[in-house]
Amino acid sequence: MRKLHTFHGGVHPATCKTQSNGSPIAKAKLPSKLVIPLRQHVGHSARTTVEVGERVRKGQIIGQADGHVSSAVHASTSGTISAIGMQPVAHPSGLPEPCITLIPDGLDEWMELEPCEDWKAVPHSELRHRLRNAGVVGLGGAVFPSDMKLYAHKHKIKTLVLNGAECEPYITCDDLLMRERAEEVLKGAELMRELLYADEVLIGIEDNKPEAIAAMRDAAGKHSGMEVIAVPTIYPGGGAKQLIRVLTGIEVAAGVRSTDLGVQCFNVGTAYSAWRAIRFGEPLISRIVTVTGNVESPQNFEALIGMPIAELIAQAGNLPGTTGLIMGGPMMGVLLPSDKAGVVKATNCIIAASDALFPPPRPVLPCIRCTRCADACPAELQPQDLYWFARAKNFTKAEEYHLFDCIECGACSYVCPSNIPLVQYYRFAKSEIWAQQAGQKAADAARERHEFRESRLERDKREKAEKLAAKEKAAARSEPAPVSDKPDTKPQDEIARKIQAAIDQAKAQAAEVKPKNTEQLTPQQMAEIAEIEARRARIREIAQASTDAQPRE
Amino acid sequence: MLSALLAMGAIAITLGAVLGFAAIRFRVEGNPLVDKIDAVLPQTQCGQCGYPGCKPYATAIAEGTADINLCPPGGEEGIHKLADLLGTEFKPFGGSTVPKPKSVALIDESTCIGCTLCIQACPVDAIVGAAKQMHTVIAAECTGCELCVPPCPVDCISMEPIADTTGNWKWQYPVYAIMPSQTAP
Repeated sequence: MRKLHTFHGGVHPATCKTQSNGSPIAKAKLPSKLVIPLRQHVGHSARTTVEVGERVRKGQIIGQADGHVSSAVHASTSGTISAIGMQPVAHPSGLPEPCITLIPDGLDEWMELEPCEDWKAVPHSELRHRLRNAGVVGLGGAVFPSDMKLYAHKHKIKTLVLNGAECEPYITCDDLLMRERAEEVLKGAELMRELLYADEVLIGIEDNKPEAIAAMRDAAGKHSGMEVIAVPTIYPGGGAKQLIRVLTGIEVAAGVRSTDLGVQCFNVGTAYSAWRAIRFGEPLISRIVTVTGNVESPQNFEALIGMPIAELIAQAGNLPGTTGLIMGGPMMGVLLPSDKAGVVKATNCIIAASDALFPPPRPVLPCIRCTRCADACPAELQPQDLYWFARAKNFTKAEEYHLFDCIECGACSYVCPSNIPLVQYYRFAKSEIWAQQAGQKAADAARERHEFRESRLERDKREKAEKLAAKEKAAARSEPAPVSDKPDTKPQDEIARKIQAAIDQAKAQAAEVKPKNTEQLTPQQMAEIAEIEARRARIREIAQASTDAQPRE
Repeated sequence: MLSALLAMGAIAITLGAVLGFAAIRFRVEGNPLVDKIDAVLPQTQCGQCGYPGCKPYATAIAEGTADINLCPPGGEEGIHKLADLLGTEFKPFGGSTVPKPKSVALIDESTCIGCTLCIQACPVDAIVGAAKQMHTVIAAECTGCELCVPPCPVDCISMEPIADTTGNWKWQYPVYAIMPSQTAP
């Protein structure tokens, strides 16, 4: 029996999981349209590769990964691209982002897939490339491109932690996935272990999911070096740092990555998607979403990416009294401003909120510094201090007190006897600090560019002056003879001599150039030429007379 | 008596020499306060303060010849920062100086005649183009200083406020009425 460790704090909210984990995963019906955002992952937005009106097949890439940290986006079913443009997305701001709208044709026709029986024979770089092109990202909520995490780092990865804890109330998508598809999850883990050269795989599942633990243990018997571990149910035991702590006893300190300590962590859903992508060539075009709360039949759906959330809720059965939709769990989830947005890779759960389930928040009372929040904080912060600093907009101090180690789990707000929405203050402070940092970065870049421009203008001026000086110097050197021969030469004579030299040079040049069409001319043309020549001679005479006259003045 | 005077004198001369040497050896080039002020300024180089750029304004503040409330792009937050740095009182914007929403210049490329006047005006080289070639603004480098707007002979440059996106969106400051505890249920 493995010795389990504990992390600081944690709370025990009502799990509310039994509502949705009673029925098997249902396949969501094909929606009327799909709104697929081009950026569903951390990093750069994908680049569109299709045009409006184009017919695409299921699994076809419609957005190519663009940049180092990026991931591809695919058509979730076959159909026609009806629009490419800004649409509201599943984001707390309700602001639009570039999306591709796909109208399904109902055929659900797959593109040519490239299955791979013997993936162990494929080079690792190729496997990572396939994962990137299959759009595999972390499905636990962080949506970080998985290929980026599957590198053998400079520190040896000893342990691969597979996160099936699912500590948030209401969410059961990982539970059902592990119950029904345990074998494929573990094959994905095998693939990840190979890519990381990791020794052992530890699968952490909270002990309130006995069916999932049994199914996974059953499947793990066929693999060596894999252990399914039941961890105590305590929120937020499914946080990456917390689960690593519980399973291995390793404390991932602030500013340290778990890979530096030899541990890498993935969600069970990510392992499953990675396996489907490599073994069957299937890109990430659907995910399991828990639809629960104020609906007729709360259950898990395998929903296509881009499926409008309103249609997904309708399939579970709308009930009157729904006041809003929460994406994610009740502790960390965000209230969606619109139900028009599509399901994205990060959508693990949709809760239809009602006043009965989530009564309106009780009035906020002043902070009494009871420090219950500090007792509950799994990151061992001082939430009451962070609250004061965020409230006073004293961001420097908040950062000093390690605001950025806050995982926004909401345990502090949950225990607060004064009902203070603490996490909202931390989110506010974090986004203000990010904005300030972005502004500072822009200012530094502008300063650098401005200083470079100033120095360039200065340099141009100096170079021009130097060139002029060099020219004058060269001119003085090339004609010192007349000056030294005739020291009594007057400046006027010098100018006249220069003019004369220039005229002579011009004459010599003119003599060299022979007029081209001077043969076979008609008498009339000859007469015209003679007339022009005479006029030129007259002008020359006048010019001569005036230059002769000048020195006398 | 005399030996005491001599000893004190010798100490005075030695210490004086050490101080004098240190003053020359560890001399600080320029005014370090100018750089500190310059770091707070938003570097738009717009000249709205009446000085030709952020550095000259910083120098003027350091010398005490300019007020701290002359920088509209820095906003009130910028004035607070300057007041904190200099240990003075916060001063609100006076008279005609009003902060505007952050914008970037946009060249209407169909109207542009390629005169290069805006390129010469841009303090951060954020406009690309050449004589008789269409010009365009590198939006990511534009500081929104508006210096390119007046020189344009065909008025093809406009200032576009930066739109809210999910990238620059910020969580709002939570606003809750705090109830005194005695009235709580």
